[in-house]
Amino acid sequence: MTSNDIAEAITRVHRDEWSRVVATVARRFGDLDIAEESTAEAFTVAVERWPRDGLPPNPGAWLTTTAHRKAVDRIRRESKRDGKQKQAQLMYAEPPEPTGVIEDERLRLIFTCCHPALSMQSRAALTLRLLGGLTVPQIARAFLVGDKAMEQRITRAKAKIKLAGVPYRVPSAEDLPARVGGVLAVLYLVLNEGYLATGPDSDPIRLDLTAEAIRLTRLLHALMPTEGEVTGLLALMLLTDARRSTRVSAGGELVTLAEQDRGAWDAELIAEGHRLVRERLASGVAPGRYQILAAINAVHTSARDIRDTDWSQIIALYDQLVVLDPSPIVVLNRAVAVAELDGPQVALAIVDGLAAGLSDYHAYHAIRADLLRRSGDGRGARAAYDRAIDLAGNTAEVAYLTRRRDQLG
Amino acid sequence: MQYLVTVIEEFLPGGVRADESGSATPDEDGAIAEFNRRLKADGHWVFVGGLASPSTATVVDNRGEEPMITDGPFLESKEHLAGIWVIEAADLDAALKIAVEASKACNRKVEVRPFL
Repeated sequence: MTSNDIAEAITRVHRDEWSRVVATVARRFGDLDIAEESTAEAFTVAVERWPRDGLPPNPGAWLTTTAHRKAVDRIRRESKRDGKQKQAQLMYAEPPEPTGVIEDERLRLIFTCCHPALSMQSRAALTLRLLGGLTVPQIARAFLVGDKAMEQRITRAKAKIKLAGVPYRVPSAEDLPARVGGVLAVLYLVLNEGYLATGPDSDPIRLDLTAEAIRLTRLLHALMPTEGEVTGLLALMLLTDARRSTRVSAGGELVTLAEQDRGAWDAELIAEGHRLVRERLASGVAPGRYQILAAINAVHTSARDIRDTDWSQIIALYDQLVVLDPSPIVVLNRAVAVAELDGPQVALAIVDGLAAGLSDYHAYHAIRADLLRRSGDGRGARAAYDRAIDLAGNTAEVAYLTRRRDQLG
Repeated sequence: MQYLVTVIEEFLPGGVRADESGSATPDEDGAIAEFNRRLKADGHWVFVGGLASPSTATVVDNRGEEPMITDGPFLESKEHLAGIWVIEAADLDAALKIAVEASKACNRKVEVRPFL
């Protein structure tokens, strides 16, 4: 194996095994800090040794064993320093209680990270750090905050879990439905971070994150097949993922929905997504946010081309969504459909009213730039593209926006 | 683990009541007594106490050369501490379940914090 092959293998193992190792160590030692730090140490040892000794036959098991050893070392050190034996006893403690209704270690970790006693942003940040293996700067970008603030948020959340006694377990069956909403929000955030990955060195689409979000949502759906929003989120993810291969050009540029090669969309994923959306419609139960978003995507993926899209149905669905979630981002996305039905200037009037809440949101400026361009305001469009390029963190999106801007007369 | 469950009183319009005596109504007293009986029966009870209103508070500061004794609470605010429970619970989930009942029984918001 060349050193390049080894480097690639380490990247792949990091993607595949990070969350599993963290979850296993966390379960064994009941401490997220120890789990994360000892997993990171195990990967550091791997980076030193594997290029010299070659890949171990089972890298995941090697990492888990190494992380366990590192965790034990750390606990010994800390209990010596503190003069307490309490933490050392963890190593010999009885195995944790039976795992309850959910068997997947990582899902158990998600329910801990998504505990309602934590703020929504802390839940998502912890999940991305501990399940996704994202770095703090990557998470900070996803939430539009500074690295330092994000580091503090994650540290505080982990401290609260430890000090307040947040249990490391799956909630009981009776508590499960109430806890699912928070988990779905986090899984959706993970999908979005994967689908529009940020960072100058990041791939434009992070398949590891989208695949993980979908895998965990599938698992949740298998456990709770009658929870409408779980079904809705899964459908939404599948219909989004079905378009993935057409979303970035060979040259690494974002391809908009209008320009994507619809023949290359994943027909199987679309069929499955449509089936789930129909199943929810047939239930007759009023849809929640994810079911409506899935229905919007079902309309998009039913159209043969962009002109064939049923925009009035999409606007009607957005109207339903605005009632549930009147956030400026929902209104912004609705405006995109309005532009198709009523023209860019009608949409522009809506978008301009959202400036206060969305002035730091790259998509706001990208959408506004496109509407200004279509309205014939080249100068305004150029300024809006500049702002969008400044704010966009996704390399494919930056490439697309830059070309669009440079094409302006 | 032990948790402190503090009872948060609001006197202002929109609060539980405008009456600054702050004492529980007979109905609330009954619900709290029943809740305490269950806490004891289930092994969660450590300590409980209600507090007189903030107007009865005295602040003592002896960090300087002379002890300072001042009338009134250390913080003027719309909300204040009305009483506490100290409970024993296996983890935060168990403590929160109890706190949900406590809030219902005393008809006020409560805050849950672990002891170190």
